Amino acid sequence: MKDEIIQKTGVYIAATILKQPKRIIKPDQPLISSGLIDSFSLVDLALFVEDTFSVHLDDSELNKDFFDTLDQLADLVASRA
Amino acid sequence: MTTFSDLLLASYHNCPDKVSLTVLLAGREDQPVTYRQMVEGAAVWTNTYEQQGVQPGEVVVLILQHGLELIFAYWGAILHGAIPSIMPFLTEKLQPDRYRADLSALVGITRPECIVTYREFEAEVRAALPEKSSVQRLIVSDDLVQGVNLDVKNVKGLQRSETDIVLLQHSSGTTGLQKGVALAHGAVLNQLESYSQALHINEKDVVVSWLPLYHDMGLIAGFLLPILKRIPLVLLSPFEWVRSPAKLMQAVSKYKGTLSWLPNFAYNFCAMKTRDRDLEGIDLSSWRAISNCSEPMRYESHRIFLDRFKTYGLQASALCTCYAMAENVFAVTQGGVDAEVMIDEIDRDAMQGRKIAVPASADAPSIKMMSTGRPIRNVKVKIVDENGSDLPDRQIGEVVLQSDSMLTEYYHRPDATEKALKDGWYFTGDYGYKVGEEVFVAGRKKEMIIVAGKNVYPMDLEELAMEVPGVHAGRVVAFGVYNEIAGTEDVVIVAEVDSTDQEERDVIGDAIRQTVTRGSAVALRHVYLVDAKWLIKTSSGKNARIANKEKYLQENSN
Repeated sequence: MKDEIIQKTGVYIAATILKQPKRIIKPDQPLISSGLIDSFSLVDLALFVEDTFSVHLDDSELNKDFFDTLDQLADLVASRA
Repeated sequence: MTTFSDLLLASYHNCPDKVSLTVLLAGREDQPVTYRQMVEGAAVWTNTYEQQGVQPGEVVVLILQHGLELIFAYWGAILHGAIPSIMPFLTEKLQPDRYRADLSALVGITRPECIVTYREFEAEVRAALPEKSSVQRLIVSDDLVQGVNLDVKNVKGLQRSETDIVLLQHSSGTTGLQKGVALAHGAVLNQLESYSQALHINEKDVVVSWLPLYHDMGLIAGFLLPILKRIPLVLLSPFEWVRSPAKLMQAVSKYKGTLSWLPNFAYNFCAMKTRDRDLEGIDLSSWRAISNCSEPMRYESHRIFLDRFKTYGLQASALCTCYAMAENVFAVTQGGVDAEVMIDEIDRDAMQGRKIAVPASADAPSIKMMSTGRPIRNVKVKIVDENGSDLPDRQIGEVVLQSDSMLTEYYHRPDATEKALKDGWYFTGDYGYKVGEEVFVAGRKKEMIIVAGKNVYPMDLEELAMEVPGVHAGRVVAFGVYNEIAGTEDVVIVAEVDSTDQEERDVIGDAIRQTVTRGSAVALRHVYLVDAKWLIKTSSGKNARIANKEKYLQENSN
C-alpha cells in the first residue's frame, strides 16, 4: 500500500505539478520546505490523494509540519485508509 | 478637513458597539471587533509609539502576520500620525537570507524610522539593517504599553492635514520594494468616496476578503474602505484560503457577504478546487458584486466560476470588473454594477498586428475582451500614442489618467515620480483602448509579470537564477506565459547551460526552481534549460525577453 502511494503520488507530482514527467521523486526528498511544491499546488496534491486513495485530508494538514516528503505523506494516507 | 483619524474616531464615538470586522481563523471562534475594541486595540500601539519616541510623519514598517495584531498596529500608527507600511511576513517557502535582502532594499530607499515585529524575529530584522540605517526604533510586539487610556481628543493623528502622506504601498521583489507609492489622506478619502458611489454602497453591504493587507486590493478594498465607511468586514487569512478556497464561499454564506474582490486566477482556483462536501448548504445569493481586479481578466474565468457556483445561488449579475492601481489609491474604473459587463469580441490579428480593436467578423479569429467598466467619478482616462497625443476610440495605446486620488510621489524616488507623472497625468504603463466611456486593458508596456495578482519584475527573477552555479549573467531570461487552466501567468525561466550531462542539468534546473521560488513572491513553474547560444540577444533586456518568449513558445507549442 505504502509503496503504491509513493509511486502514484510521485508520478503525479513529477508530471502534473513539476511538468517533468521523466523525473523520479525520491521518497525522502523534501517537497514543501524546499519550495518544490508551492501552496497553490498543495490543494491539487490533496485533491489527487483524496480521489486516488479514497481518504480525507484536512486543509490544516497541508503544510510541512504534517508531511514534507512522499514517505511522510504515504504514512499519513496509509493511516487513514 | 478630514483625515483617517477623524473618521475612525467618529465611528468610535457614534457607533462604538457596531462590529467593524470579524476575523476568521481556522481552529478559533470567529472574532468580532467593534469600533470601540478597534480603537482600544490601536490605542495600545499609539501609546507605545508615543513612548518610544516615534514622531508623527515618520514611517513605520510593520512586519507582522495577518491578524488582529497587525490591524491594531496599523491603526495605532494612523492615530499617532505616523505613516504605516506593511511588509509581507516571511513565509515558510521564503529563504531567510533572500527576505533579508528584500528588507534591506526597502529600508535603503524608504528609510523608515521605525520597524515593528515579533521578539523571535527581531534578530532577523536587525541582520537586514545596513550600518547607519535610518531605523531608530525597533518595536517588539510584546513590549507594548498596556493599561494607559488613550486621550482620544488629543491624538497626534488628528493634527495631520489632508495633504500629508497617510500610508505607503509597495509591490513585491527588490524592484517593487524600492518604489513605495506615497498616498495622502485626501487622496485616499476621495477614492473611498467616489468608489463607494460607483459600488452603490448601502447599509446591507458586507465585504468578505481573504486578500493580504500588503497588497493594494487587500489594503484599500478589503480593509480601509469597509472600516472607514462602516461596512462590516469579514476577514479571512490568505494562507488558509489558498489551502481551502471554499472558506470564501462559506464566509459569504454565513455572513451574507455582498462585496468581494478577486484576482483573475482566484475564479479558476475556486471553481476547480472546491469540493462539493465543503459547499453543502451554502447560499451565495447575497453576493452582489465580485470584482475581478489586479491581473488581466478573462471572460472564460468568469464563465467557469458562474458554472461552478450558480447552483449555490450565485447570480450572473454579481460578476463585476475593475481596473485599479496603487498609484490611483485603487479603482480607476468599475464595471458590472450599473449594467452587465460589456463584452467586446474583436479581431485578433488586427489587435496584435495593427494595434486596433475592431469588432470581429464571423469567420475571423477573435478575442473576447471584457470591459473594465467606466471611470469612477473624479477619474479621467485617456488613451495616448507614443508622443502622448490622444487616440480615438478603438485605437490601442497607453492608458493615462488624472484624478483627485493620485499618489503624492514615489517615496524618496523623484526620478521615478518624474517619469510616471507628466503634466498632471499618470502614465500607467498599461496598453488599452476605449469604446465610448468603457475602458479595455489589452497588455502592458511596463515590464512586469503578474502571477496570481502579484506583480513581479523579470529582472529580479533573472538575478536570482544567476546565483545558481552553472548559470551565467546575460544567459538567462524570465517571462510570463498565460496558463488557461490556472487563469494567470506561469513564470518561465530559460537558461543556457554548458553541461550536456542530463543529471547535472537536472541539478541545475532544480536549483533554479528552488532559488527563484524561495527568493521571490511567486512559484517558478517552468525551467527550460537550453544549450549555449540559444538565447536571442538584443540591445534591450525587454526586447530580449519578448524575442526569447516567442522562441520558447514555438519550441513548446505542443
